[in-house]
Amino acid sequence: MTAEPLPEHPDFLWRNPDPERSYDVVIVGAGGHGLATAYYLAKNHGITNVAVLEKGWLAGGNMARNTTIIRSNYLWDESAAIYEHALKLWERLPEELEYDFLFSQRGVLNLAHTLQDVREGVRRVNANRLNGVDAEWLEPDEVAKVCPILNVSSRTRYPVLGGTFQPRAGIAKHDHVAWALARRADELGVDLIQGCEVTGFLKDGDRVVGVDTNRGRIHAGRVGLAAAGHSSVLAERAGVRLPVQSHPLQALVSELHEPVHPTVVMSNHVHVYVSQAHKGELVMGAGVDSYNGYGQRGSFHVIEQQMAAAVELFPIFARAHVLRTWGGIVDVTPDASPIIGSTPVENLYVNCGWGTGGFKATPAAGWTFAHTIATGEPHPLNAPFALDRFTTGALIDEHGAAAVAH
Amino acid sequence: MLLITCPWCGPRNETEYHYGGQAHVPHPESPADLTDEQWAEYVFYRDNPKGPFAERWMHSVGCRRWFNVLRDTATHEVLTSYRLDEPRPGGNR
Ligand SMILES: Cc1cc2nc3c(=O)[nH]c(=O)nc-3n(C[C@H](O)[C@H](O)[C@H](O)COP(=O)(O)OP(=O)(O)OC[C@H]3O[C@@H](n4cnc5c(N)ncnc54)[C@H](O)[C@@H]3O)c2cc1C
Ligand SMILES: [Zn+2]
Repeated sequence: MTAEPLPEHPDFLWRNPDPERSYDVVIVGAGGHGLATAYYLAKNHGITNVAVLEKGWLAGGNMARNTTIIRSNYLWDESAAIYEHALKLWERLPEELEYDFLFSQRGVLNLAHTLQDVREGVRRVNANRLNGVDAEWLEPDEVAKVCPILNVSSRTRYPVLGGTFQPRAGIAKHDHVAWALARRADELGVDLIQGCEVTGFLKDGDRVVGVDTNRGRIHAGRVGLAAAGHSSVLAERAGVRLPVQSHPLQALVSELHEPVHPTVVMSNHVHVYVSQAHKGELVMGAGVDSYNGYGQRGSFHVIEQQMAAAVELFPIFARAHVLRTWGGIVDVTPDASPIIGSTPVENLYVNCGWGTGGFKATPAAGWTFAHTIATGEPHPLNAPFALDRFTTGALIDEHGAAAVAH
Repeated sequence: MLLITCPWCGPRNETEYHYGGQAHVPHPESPADLTDEQWAEYVFYRDNPKGPFAERWMHSVGCRRWFNVLRDTATHEVLTSYRLDEPRPGGNR
């Protein structure tokens, strides 16, 4: 294996316009989801009088902080459908956007360490196949063939008893994904406005008619929130309560190494997930901190546990150095599935609750959110993910079911 | 790592505790009378403020008792801790 070269940076990707006084659609948040929504509003629905407002810099939120794992091996039909739609879009996006963001279908292994893990994994493989999602159950010796540096000996504390494998899963260069979407949205006429924080909402009775920002008042026919960890803080200003809790989630990278790690490995039970970036860093994540937080840093003991798990699974990492750690703020729903749809406020739409795993959904989140905003009706793929499922009880309970966070 | 004070055992590391989410969420007095919306509210909706938050913690490897903590979710500052039968310091907001 040799390290793949990174794509060249085009020197000019989007304009930096000042905000107009009014738009057909205002999207709050220029993460991957906000950008994909703007792109599909323009491309699929011909709606180009659109602004994406970003309080910081473009895609500097969770989009810049995630571990970039893309897969669609979710348990429930509703989830499999939307994540598999995303994966199919990922497979054609580099060509469509004419931007090679190094989508690498190197596969994802989800390890099993207990009898219960094994049963859950086999069940999920069967569910995936019924939903047309590629999935295989691998015994420990087959796991070792996919990822030779994994310790599959039976003499570890939590031996590897097997794993599920999705060959079409993989990783992508997250920053380049954002830039690719931003460039194309900009070309189609969308205004991408950085350093523009939404501080409140303009309402006419029960209808939203615009937003207040640190750069003035902006009128809007429709407003879509794609603010990830800050969705509930923002929605509250519009008088909408969301069933989400924000938690810090951390990740870290090592210094550069020779290519040694050919796939993505995730373990729910010992809780670490590892891939090797194109340049050579080992990229690792673990779980969220248990408590609510917006501080963009997490607890050190989470890192300690994740490193202990990583070294047991990959003994050759024992002397690797951590180069950098960071945190993002993710919004988690009670059933660990996203919310995409309308709100009790007319013309205000929300895309949130992706928790620790929304990067992989980026194209499908944008596709379905754009459809919902453009038509006022959910797309069949996001209809089950409406806010009212918490009242009707039609939950899509992916906690644990989908094989680890992300 | 947070330094949290158990009202009975004193200040200990975060790792000694288990988190229990928002404090002061009373069980409905007559559950049979609730609408679906009110049930959803009770079961699924919790505050998620960026700032001071009253929350429950349990001293799981110590005295194993539940208590409340007032913590700033933006700065990580643990403002105070108090027993379950005590009101939230400084009123409700
Ligand atoms: C450490 C970590 C690892 C992760 N790993 C994975 C993974 O491997 N695979 C995966 O699928 N997912 C992963 N995720 C989750 C994924 O990153 C998120 O679910 C996804 O990025 C959320 O959508 P987004 O890209 O639009 O969010 P963001 O990029 O966070 O976009 C939201 C934007 O809204 C802006 N904003 C907020 N409030 C306002 C306001 N008032 N006004 C204007 N702008 C505002 C923010 O600045 C931000 O840029 C991970 C997340 C983290 C933190
Ligand atoms: Zn105690």
